[in-house]
Amino acid sequence: MSTAVTIRDSATMLRRNLLHIRRYPSLSIMLVAQPILFLLLFVYVLGGTLGAGLPGQAGGGDRGDYLVFITPGILFMTVASIALGTAISTATDMTTGIIARFRTMDIARVSVLTGHVLGAVLKTAFAVVIVAAVAFLLGFRSDAGVLGWLGVVGLLVLIAFALTWLTVGMGLAADSVETASNTPLFLMILPFVSSAFVPTDAMPVGLRQFAEYQPFTPMIDSLRALVTGTSAGSDLWLAFGWCALIAVLGFLWSRRLFLRVPAK
Amino acid sequence: MTATDPAIEVAGLTKSYGDHTVLDGVDLTVPEGTVYALLGPNGAGKTTIVNILSTLLTPGDGEIRVAGFDVRREPTGVRAAIGVTGQFSAIDELLTGRENLRLMADLAHLDRATAATAVSVMLERFDLVEAADRRAQTYSGGMKRRLDLAMTLIARPRLIFLDEPTTGLDPRSRRALWAIVREQVADGVTVLLTTQYLDEADHLADRIGVLDGGRLVAEGTAAELKRRVPGGHVAVQFTDAAALAAAAAAHPGATTDAESLTLHVPSDGSVAGLRQVLDGLDDAVVAGLSVESADLDDVFLALTGHAAGAPTPIASDSATEEISA
Repeated sequence: MSTAVTIRDSATMLRRNLLHIRRYPSLSIMLVAQPILFLLLFVYVLGGTLGAGLPGQAGGGDRGDYLVFITPGILFMTVASIALGTAISTATDMTTGIIARFRTMDIARVSVLTGHVLGAVLKTAFAVVIVAAVAFLLGFRSDAGVLGWLGVVGLLVLIAFALTWLTVGMGLAADSVETASNTPLFLMILPFVSSAFVPTDAMPVGLRQFAEYQPFTPMIDSLRALVTGTSAGSDLWLAFGWCALIAVLGFLWSRRLFLRVPAK
Repeated sequence: MTATDPAIEVAGLTKSYGDHTVLDGVDLTVPEGTVYALLGPNGAGKTTIVNILSTLLTPGDGEIRVAGFDVRREPTGVRAAIGVTGQFSAIDELLTGRENLRLMADLAHLDRATAATAVSVMLERFDLVEAADRRAQTYSGGMKRRLDLAMTLIARPRLIFLDEPTTGLDPRSRRALWAIVREQVADGVTVLLTTQYLDEADHLADRIGVLDGGRLVAEGTAAELKRRVPGGHVAVQFTDAAALAAAAAAHPGATTDAESLTLHVPSDGSVAGLRQVLDGLDDAVVAGLSVESADLDDVFLALTGHAAGAPTPIASDSATEEISA
């Protein structure tokens, strides 16, 4: 299958998935509402207390400082939330008869999957803009220039791309839509054991070591650095590395799952 | 593929899941431009054959060539030549009829203008113009089946597989679908269809293969199959009961139907046999005469030892469920 055919078929499948998103908006709305709800909860319910514990502020910070601290983490949660939805929509798609039709057609088979991934990345970009706008309305301000924001967008797209290949695989591996909605839940849990909501220094030793070395921490630290207009340093390279690794493994896994000839 | 190659060539096809044998050495040849019907009850292996020929399933043993391509080694060639309409609707229910057709046209790599034309032609031909911009979700069973078939045909495949295309359809939708299949055949398309309806095979197929327990138990034209089994008879209708009684006395093996004043005399369909029946009859008392051959129900019963609707010994789970439900 030539690259040109793969690109053409992927574009066709992307159009199909964009139509799905438009026809069935409730899932997308729920997935965008989730991180916004987290943002409101954390800033208004917990933010006063958590802000006071932030290091580097004379006499501790306030609610506004905490908003600045968690916005990168919430942007990450937005990506994770959409990725979770992609596991569900992929699994749902696999239960429909049209997938069997695609398998009998002379098309680039992987385009069924790239259609899902590209659709999810576009959906993520859209969701991130909404969530960022809410943060801005709550009073979030940034020193980052145009380049910094471009970096934020670029990194978020890369994270979305990586996590989506992983969740497409989970959607394909799941034996039911229910399973597909459960397996990717760790994407929503792991950010709590990272630098997203509190500095890792505040955690007990074992947990802190886990939090510092897990893949999401360099991604979130890089986002934070880019958002606040400071240098991300080696975190950025680590984040790129993790994204590339997750994307490649997710892609290979998904492709293998989809291309295998079913036993029954 | 050359003109002399059959569209489908299967020799010694087997398929089993563990100890469970689904196909037990099937041979069949379908010449180009003809309709072949696989007739059999649930669980006979019809869908398994279609799935293997359309590259959805790997075969066990056997040589299988479809459109001149080996299904194992050249599945891409097979896929480029075929169109499949399965038992379960293969349409995208969230998309409209028009969008579904457009999706297929795009995947067939038709250019923009050709695709647009093909979509409108298909909508027109399959009587879907009014519903074109409604979601397929809202379509009736017959409309979904028509859309499904239109999606299969929009890329103009030379060989189409129809797996139980009219199961669950009302008689009108069924006839509409038959008409579409006949049009395709007139255009030179080869059709392999599966059905559990004897009259469907009779109406559409050039050749019929009777599948039972994963084996082809008989093959031939509808007429050939009917000739292979007893059950043919001459029906003579009389003008009055007395004439009927007299004729009945002359033919001890015959059965009488007093209400319609008809005598059914067993016959092998030969001229000699027919003459023998006619010789004893007086023209004045005969109101009507017909020669009836066995219908496919008789054929099925005679060939498999059980009626078409009953499950075979290796019936699938779904067939068993239907019986116990």
